[in-house]
Amino acid sequence: MVACFQAASDGSSQSSRLRAIVMGCSAGGIDALRIILAGLPTDFVLPIVIVSHIAASVKSLLPEILTVVCKIPVLEAMERCPVEPGHVYVAPPSYHLLIEPDRTFALSVDNKVCNVRPAIDLLFYSAADLYGDGLIGVVLTGANNDGSSGLIAIKRAGGLTVAQDPETAVARTMPEAAIATGCVDVVLPLTAIAGFLVSAGSFPRNKDIA
Amino acid sequence: MTNAETDELEIDLFVETLRRRHGYDFSHYARASLKRRVLALASACGCTGVADLIPRVVREAALLPTVLSHLSVPVTEMFRDPVVFRAIRERIVPILDSYPRPNIWQAGCATGEEVYSLAILLQEEGLLHKTQIYATDINDAALAFAEEGVFSAKSIHEYADNYVKAGGKAALSDYFHMKYELGRIDEALRSRMVFAHHNLVSDGVFCEVQMVICRNVLIYFDRKLQDRVLSLFLASLTRGGILCVGTRENMSLAEAGHHFLALDNELRLFKKMGEYDGRVLSSGK
Repeated sequence: MVACFQAASDGSSQSSRLRAIVMGCSAGGIDALRIILAGLPTDFVLPIVIVSHIAASVKSLLPEILTVVCKIPVLEAMERCPVEPGHVYVAPPSYHLLIEPDRTFALSVDNKVCNVRPAIDLLFYSAADLYGDGLIGVVLTGANNDGSSGLIAIKRAGGLTVAQDPETAVARTMPEAAIATGCVDVVLPLTAIAGFLVSAGSFPRNKDIA
Repeated sequence: MTNAETDELEIDLFVETLRRRHGYDFSHYARASLKRRVLALASACGCTGVADLIPRVVREAALLPTVLSHLSVPVTEMFRDPVVFRAIRERIVPILDSYPRPNIWQAGCATGEEVYSLAILLQEEGLLHKTQIYATDINDAALAFAEEGVFSAKSIHEYADNYVKAGGKAALSDYFHMKYELGRIDEALRSRMVFAHHNLVSDGVFCEVQMVICRNVLIYFDRKLQDRVLSLFLASLTRGGILCVGTRENMSLAEAGHHFLALDNELRLFKKMGEYDGRVLSSGK
């Protein structure tokens, strides 16, 4: 497995317990992602895995759109390939994206969840199982309630949960639904999310928060 | 133990129980999706958890169809990824046409939408009359549905757009006998098809085929099982035979995958390269 993960799991580094970030967005999501990803430094090490509800097509343009603004590589998640540090991954259109116990990506064409595929919830459930308290889950702008039960799963597994401040969202339904679960640790305006993720490695996170 | 770890343990025990009781081995299925399906099965059976399901799998033989239906969720549509069907029409049909009696195997046909799409396409290209299509699945309930060939008018209507994009030459509804809210597939299309139970985990080669279609099935398998199934396809395919998998499937890590040459990598259309020794790998334990 990748060296970075070993360093993270032996508890010695500053970001000893954080291992990955998962994010979900829908309506208004591409602009929100551009703002967040543009705020990450070149040496940002935590892998970021994103589900964005986008129209079905064989070829996805999202990685190209995001690569332009992001200093770290943005790729479409490929099944069976490992989640590597220092990368941003987006789900392919029309497939659910999950992470396997061996930290590789898996795809599914199972029924839609919350009326969408890819569903944020499915990524969040599988990532919560794998990363436990080493995970940050972020729900951004969107016009449905996908991601809410995923955030509950992340919270139950000891992870850190973040919602975009609905006041700063193009569509406020999704972050509002997430906040309404009572499982969101931090509510942040869009422009503060990148900075928060950068400093999250040293965040004094514990089960006693929230 | 964390909740995730106890879930894992219960799913392991369930999988082992199912294997020993009924001979169906799901141990090489991709874990994250399997977990969701097993949890959904437990819930559908009124069990509070996977552990409660285990004694029922042991004692209630009649539960097996329900179990298999939930573990192989049939999700499919007609002419899904129309560009792939267009490519089959324009680039693969001429290859198939060079054989006097082409055989096509759709592995994991679920409820049949895709295999009927293929039959319609072959009919329009004048190949169906000489082609034999084998459609297989492990889910007998889905197979029975597929063989029945009856779909809702609403879904047929929804597939019409895909059909046009796939280069359809008529109207999709021309291939169905509509009655009330249902459409039954034309008998002429069905006459060239055989639906059969076949388990990719444990069953072997059943005939020589010129093309295998297996889209979005191997994504549910781990690498060992993916390799096993690809070797089964190699052993079934004629020299130069065609393999079509889902557009996001990654065969590059599989040993058997190296025997296939990409005719179109984006659409995941492959051709079997050279001779194959016919060995079907074991997924083992």
